[in-house]
Amino acid sequence: MSNDAISARGDLRLTRITKSYGDFTAVDDLTLTIPKGSFFALLGPSGCGKTTTLRMVAGLEEPTVGSIHLGDTDITTTRPYQRPINTVFQNYALFPHLSIFENIAFGLRRRGIKDVKEQVDKVLNLVELPHLAERKPTQLSGGQQQRIALARAIVNRPALLLLDEPLGALDLKLRRQMQIELKWIQREVGLTFVHVTHDQEEAMTMADTIAVMNEGRIEQMGSPADLYDNPETAFVANFLGQSNLIKARIEGTDGDNLVIDIFGQKISMPKKRSHAVDNSMYAGIRPEKFRISLVGTPTRGNTLTGGHIEDVSYIGVSTQYVVAMPWGQELMVFEQNDDGVAPFDKGDEVVISWEPTFTFGLRGDEDVDAGTEVNPEEPAEE
Amino acid sequence: MKIGKARVPYLLLLPGFAFLFTFFILPIINLAQTSTQTPVAGGDTGEYEQSFAFSNYINAFVDNREQFGRSFLYATLATIFALAIAYPLAYAIAFKSGKFKNILLVLVVAPFFTSFLLRTVAWKQILGEEGFVVPTLRSLHVISEQTTLTSTAFAVVAGMTYNFLPFMTLPLYASLERIDPRTIEAAGDLYANGLTTFRRVTVPLSMPGVVAGTLLTFIPAAGDYVNAAILGSPNTKMIGNVIESRYFKIVDYPTAAALSFTLMAAILILVTLYIRKAGTEELV
Repeated sequence: MSNDAISARGDLRLTRITKSYGDFTAVDDLTLTIPKGSFFALLGPSGCGKTTTLRMVAGLEEPTVGSIHLGDTDITTTRPYQRPINTVFQNYALFPHLSIFENIAFGLRRRGIKDVKEQVDKVLNLVELPHLAERKPTQLSGGQQQRIALARAIVNRPALLLLDEPLGALDLKLRRQMQIELKWIQREVGLTFVHVTHDQEEAMTMADTIAVMNEGRIEQMGSPADLYDNPETAFVANFLGQSNLIKARIEGTDGDNLVIDIFGQKISMPKKRSHAVDNSMYAGIRPEKFRISLVGTPTRGNTLTGGHIEDVSYIGVSTQYVVAMPWGQELMVFEQNDDGVAPFDKGDEVVISWEPTFTFGLRGDEDVDAGTEVNPEEPAEE
Repeated sequence: MKIGKARVPYLLLLPGFAFLFTFFILPIINLAQTSTQTPVAGGDTGEYEQSFAFSNYINAFVDNREQFGRSFLYATLATIFALAIAYPLAYAIAFKSGKFKNILLVLVVAPFFTSFLLRTVAWKQILGEEGFVVPTLRSLHVISEQTTLTSTAFAVVAGMTYNFLPFMTLPLYASLERIDPRTIEAAGDLYANGLTTFRRVTVPLSMPGVVAGTLLTFIPAAGDYVNAAILGSPNTKMIGNVIESRYFKIVDYPTAAALSFTLMAAILILVTLYIRKAGTEELV
């Protein structure tokens, strides 16, 4: 079995995986299929179990319960060196005693390939660093080491490439550039990439599919647009971007729409965008979906009246307003600065409005602060 | 008084330099002078005069070739055995000991709490007729009824291996402990099995410790005389024993001094060659 594993190809299937360390459950009954050829991101805060999941796929940890399949091959207990899986480690883990060329050739040589030069040169060109072949890792910058770590993994053309916070050590500008390059390289080589990150922007930029993880479980899985436009839980709504979550009651239905009461004001939203299980609900609206108008000017769609501007922050591309509502909640509103002026001042009496289809509904018993208290810049769990 | 900032490093060097000058440089100059002296004609025992007799060196070396050879042979064997014992030990402490790491490190240096001499004498007891080793080996027919272990080359090399083991273990541990465990994981991830990972990653990355440990073992072992004196016989005399007896028993200062310099030069040459070899390429 383990001899066949090395040539296994196909979708990666995790079936009811649990990983416990003593009393602590790092990964809790996780089931997941990652289609062949996709760019998949596991996104979540520190300690959510994403790195543990990745290490189990790599073979560096063994699941307490559950199985891992690659195509039809069970690789749950296969040793790491017998899996057709390579990893780009968080701190790159390049071999400090070997040249860049030998670092990249390491995997090929272990598989008994004698003539490595052509393949190594090819990936060095792919990561645009052919001139560094004879250097030692310590002579490279962080960004260069990152690319060499990637080259060292993809030269083996694994069935699955795992990326463990690969961009975490880079500065912001380089990180954005590498995100685009990684995505391009993934399309170029056509491998399955599984990417672990705590950076939601990174996940959204690169991945076709994102699984948001929290406390060892998957909160929600889908395309970046699905997760952002229609989050199913408060954790996802808050962890991916910002959300206004307003306490609401479902009053009834009107065709395909729900009629919602928000502190005495009526709004509507599509029925299929509600994840509420009973009459109580949190109505969610992204800050950029709101429009602000002065009292007395015409509005469209859902409206909420009685607010006033509490705070104005001009940040160039947009202006961020804090609008205080009569029930004591402060709502966040982002307005594009497409007309060049900030038309509202602190203290202005305003009405906020939005298109009903942008509303999403969460269960009324959710913790509205879930996903906000986590610091996304924290280093990942070990 | 204002001290210029540029002078501070020199002031910091001063105590160490003064110490080295007084207790190393001056004695070594004195030793160099002694090494070319000859006995005063008609003088007392131990009375020598300077005559720049460089032939002292040739005579001293020719007369003690055997002991020189033995010193380097025993020191090499002790270094190899110490490395063979210390590497797995240091590896286990660095990677596998978990919460027992500090206790194990204390145990490694624990022998230093007792005198070097006392520990060597204890080895004489252990390897002696009354110890448990000899009767056990005899009953297992590993050694014959007539074979003894004390006063043998085996005992001397065993004693040296034991005495210098911590000097081998600690640098090895330090360099193994510094290895990023992710590089070991990366090797496994890149299709290297346990043995290949050890050979291709762990050993090369621990080479600084291997070099430091072998030097810290080999150098004192080559000049050692305590183990040969206590655990050996006249047939296992090392160069250290010759120097000791020339100084304190025969009162032949020039020969003792010439031997000391020859030993020093030989060690320096060997160590330089070794470091050059180890520093430029992998020893494996």
